[in-house]
Amino acid sequence: MANKLVISPSPHVHSGDSISKNMYGVLIALIPAFLVAIYVFGLDALKITVLSVLFCVGFEYLIAKYIMKRQPSISDGSAIITGVLLAFNVPSNLPIWILALGALFTIGVVKMTFGGLGNNIFNPAIAGRIFLLISFPVQMTTWPVPIHDTTDAITSATVLESMKLAPETLSPTLLQDVFFGIQAGSLGETGALALLLGLAFLLWRKIITWHIPISILGTVFVFTGILYLVHPVPEFNPIIHLLSGGLMLGAIFMATDYVTSPMTKSGMLIYGVSIGFLTVCFRLWGAYPEGISFAILLMNAFTPLINNYTTPKRFGEKCANK
Amino acid sequence: MSVILTAIVVLSVVGAGCAGILYLIGQKFKVEEDPRIQQVQDVLPSANCGGCGYPGCAGFAVACIKADSLDGLNCPPGGADVMQKVAAILGRTATATTKKIAVLRCNGSCEERPHTNQYEGATSCAIASALYGGETGCTFGCLGLGDCVLTCTFDAIHINPATMLPEVDEEKCTACNACVKKCPKMILELRKQGPKSRRIYVSCANKDKGGVAKKSCSVACIGCGKCVKACTFEAITMANNLAYIDDEKCRLCRKCAPECPTNAIVELNFPPRKEKEVTEVTKVKEVTETENS
Amino acid sequence: MKTFKIGGVHPEENKFSAGKTIITTPLPKQAIIPVAAYLGAPSVPIVAKGDMVKVGQLIGQSGGFISSNVHSSVSGKVAKIEDSLDASGYKRSSIFIDVDGDEWLENIDRSPELVRECHLSPEEIIKKIADAGIVGLGGATFPAHVKLSPPPGKTAEVLIINAVECEPYLTCDHELMLEKPNEILVGVTILMKALKINRAIIGIENNKKDAIELFKKQIKSLNIQGVEIVDLKVQYPQGGEKQLIDAAIGRQVPSGALPIEVGAVVMNVATTFAVYEAVQKNKPLIDRVVTITGKSVKTPGNFLVRLGTPLANVVEQAGRMPEDTGKIVAGGPMMGRAVVSLDIPTAKGSAGVLFMTEKEAHRMQIRNCIRCAKCVNGCPMGLNPTELMNFTEYEVWDKAEKCAITDCIECGSCSYICPAYRPLLDYIRLGKGKVMTIIRGRNK
Repeated sequence: MANKLVISPSPHVHSGDSISKNMYGVLIALIPAFLVAIYVFGLDALKITVLSVLFCVGFEYLIAKYIMKRQPSISDGSAIITGVLLAFNVPSNLPIWILALGALFTIGVVKMTFGGLGNNIFNPAIAGRIFLLISFPVQMTTWPVPIHDTTDAITSATVLESMKLAPETLSPTLLQDVFFGIQAGSLGETGALALLLGLAFLLWRKIITWHIPISILGTVFVFTGILYLVHPVPEFNPIIHLLSGGLMLGAIFMATDYVTSPMTKSGMLIYGVSIGFLTVCFRLWGAYPEGISFAILLMNAFTPLINNYTTPKRFGEKCANK
Repeated sequence: MSVILTAIVVLSVVGAGCAGILYLIGQKFKVEEDPRIQQVQDVLPSANCGGCGYPGCAGFAVACIKADSLDGLNCPPGGADVMQKVAAILGRTATATTKKIAVLRCNGSCEERPHTNQYEGATSCAIASALYGGETGCTFGCLGLGDCVLTCTFDAIHINPATMLPEVDEEKCTACNACVKKCPKMILELRKQGPKSRRIYVSCANKDKGGVAKKSCSVACIGCGKCVKACTFEAITMANNLAYIDDEKCRLCRKCAPECPTNAIVELNFPPRKEKEVTEVTKVKEVTETENS
Repeated sequence: MKTFKIGGVHPEENKFSAGKTIITTPLPKQAIIPVAAYLGAPSVPIVAKGDMVKVGQLIGQSGGFISSNVHSSVSGKVAKIEDSLDASGYKRSSIFIDVDGDEWLENIDRSPELVRECHLSPEEIIKKIADAGIVGLGGATFPAHVKLSPPPGKTAEVLIINAVECEPYLTCDHELMLEKPNEILVGVTILMKALKINRAIIGIENNKKDAIELFKKQIKSLNIQGVEIVDLKVQYPQGGEKQLIDAAIGRQVPSGALPIEVGAVVMNVATTFAVYEAVQKNKPLIDRVVTITGKSVKTPGNFLVRLGTPLANVVEQAGRMPEDTGKIVAGGPMMGRAVVSLDIPTAKGSAGVLFMTEKEAHRMQIRNCIRCAKCVNGCPMGLNPTELMNFTEYEVWDKAEKCAITDCIECGSCSYICPAYRPLLDYIRLGKGKVMTIIRGRNK
């Protein structure tokens, strides 16, 4: 026995789970949506995603090493996810320099100024998207036409934009298109089916619980459903609301970000329902056609408060209240 | 232009209005407070170290004013100067206190006290000491995980990387007692700083029997009692195989230290001994070494 | 299949020594019997240096109600009474006995025959259990007679036998059940009589199907009434008292209360066997089954060990200590204590010795908390471990108390599951102690 015996408090075994395992799990769950993006938008999608990941990882490395002077923790995979999600949230024809600026803001301001992974208040990719949307509204809403679209337009409008501005232009095969991803929009948000596959993977690997995504999607569906029943116009169609825009991407991959979402089950439900509710409000009555990012950003800010006021269900509580 | 003017006017009016409301509310809910509290607080060091036993400097100021005399009230970081000022404000006399300083009653560096195992739990002395005796054979000595360093508000304690023992910076230590309370092994102690910072103390807390103590640490107090006999002022007592020097009785005569076979008695800031005495020390050391081998 | 409702994890079981027959270890040269190692007040030695003692002789008198007697496990001469290192990592008062022969007290029945009938009154049974120095053998070493004496105003309704053995690696209870089912079942009837109840549940985890079948068969063949076997889904920490009650009868013990609050009394299966031996055979608690195991141990197994035998002697029986040992754990991997050497004696709570390889022994580097809430979902007490750790680190005791840090059962599920390798339980255990001290000080 060459080395000294190790002494540490119990437990002496570990599940083998790690931050990077969770992060790479999320990346795997993003693959179907990525493939759909390449199918729909062509190699532009690939280019934007790869560059975005490179920018995010590069900025994190440089900032950690030269500004914060500590060992960069690129290998945990969180910067890669941020990069992919940022790419998924921009149009595939976005100029590269805007993308680089977005990545700098995302990693530099939203993540690293708070102390890196685990300490950020807002989801970096969401904050990055909103930063770009506000700073470059034209470039961020000039949607490329899906390759397999039958119309021969040069730019196109998202389903939500059409619903808001000119409901009569909606295509008759709309539902089918949005489900499989043949629609205009940000790079990774178009394929509802692919995103749902990702959700199934995340739930299967127990990387996330059902509470946040299902409560967001459920709230959006129920809320718009009620409006549709009262006033059946296409703007209120719950199925279109569910399948279009960034709702799926946001609900499954952005709102469920560990760091910026509540920790208790009841907190997750409050958070999810609020996001769903706010998203519908923003979509129907806000200035922008899409509202999921604003809703998530807003609820990120409320997360510490929710954590503070919700406690997990304690053992023996039932009896104690008897 | 008119837009700018309107903006300025509106903002000014709103600002003034708010200020007025704040002022009125402030007047209405004003709490009458003894003005001396603020005065006393102003002379206190505002370190909020808690060394006085009260929660922060404000708490101490209130306690000073409420108390009938300043006996037993002391601001350790401020020292006599500050207490004089407090006494002047309150029109009372301050009791003289001697300046103290924190000392570590353990001298078991990595060399003298070899490690027998490797601790890998959370870096906290409190957690390690709740778990077991420590990384060395000595279950009384310093764990070296730095709870005292973390708790010190004055940046006065640092772990020496060579010995893995904390060292107290005499300039910065204010004897606030925080580290003494924090140490789970209870081996930090406040002792009189002494003239010219000269101090003599037994730098060990090991209560094991001599042989056991010596086996785990070469500078442990083995409870042999030689120092007790050497002391002419009855300042040294022996309990549980461990010698202790009472700093009230000790006259710093330096008779005890050369007697100690393990060099567990530490003399600080004294001039070097004369030639003759030094040889005596080494002789004693040699004797004990042959005894042990 | 039943299990508890909140949280829980499922560590790799690694029960290498399952099905290995219990081997009796030879007597040591010197037995070291700690008198202060058990929960409650330390016992007082009643022998002196030079006294001759026999096996089963009382050598340490219980020092109060929550305290237990200590008996000599060997015969020979008392060498000294001195502080000695035990599994706690500190030196505590112990009686050293130089072994000479193996002479037992005359009134101890050493024959293997099953004694079924027990004609003692409940009070006499409890007295006998207390005299025999029986403590919970699951690890917490809580004196058994205290559990059997419900406080005034509370009545027991059901006895639950803890045969869960949810700790990975350990198999001592499992093997004992396979070899001594009849004795254990008689022990159960004795405990039921002591508690004046006629219902008992034996909770066994589903990974011990052979034991479940055997017990079902023996209940029929011995014609024992009111004892029911419940097979439980494998889930850690099902062996926790509160979790087991929840799993077995669906009642949750309120925060800060004892199991008797919901009418339950929980006894470990090995304790039940000790009760049988004490009541029917007059044999005090002087030995126990210990599992020696680990990934690189040559012949992992279960051993019947006299208390006070240095662990090193026991380990010899399972082959030498593996070369690549990086950590030695007394007990299971989830709640056991890492020890500094094998010179410590076998104590009443030593269920096993686990050798972990150098590779397994080390902890990973701590990362930032990513608030994934896996610890929250894993906590069987419904606490928020990451928050409690922060409260302890920053010494926010009032909040820690409000968030029920004292409910923590120290099962280690949080640290086990944390993907950022945070030492959650290290801090929570510290904070729990601090908060309990604060509460006690306030109640004075």
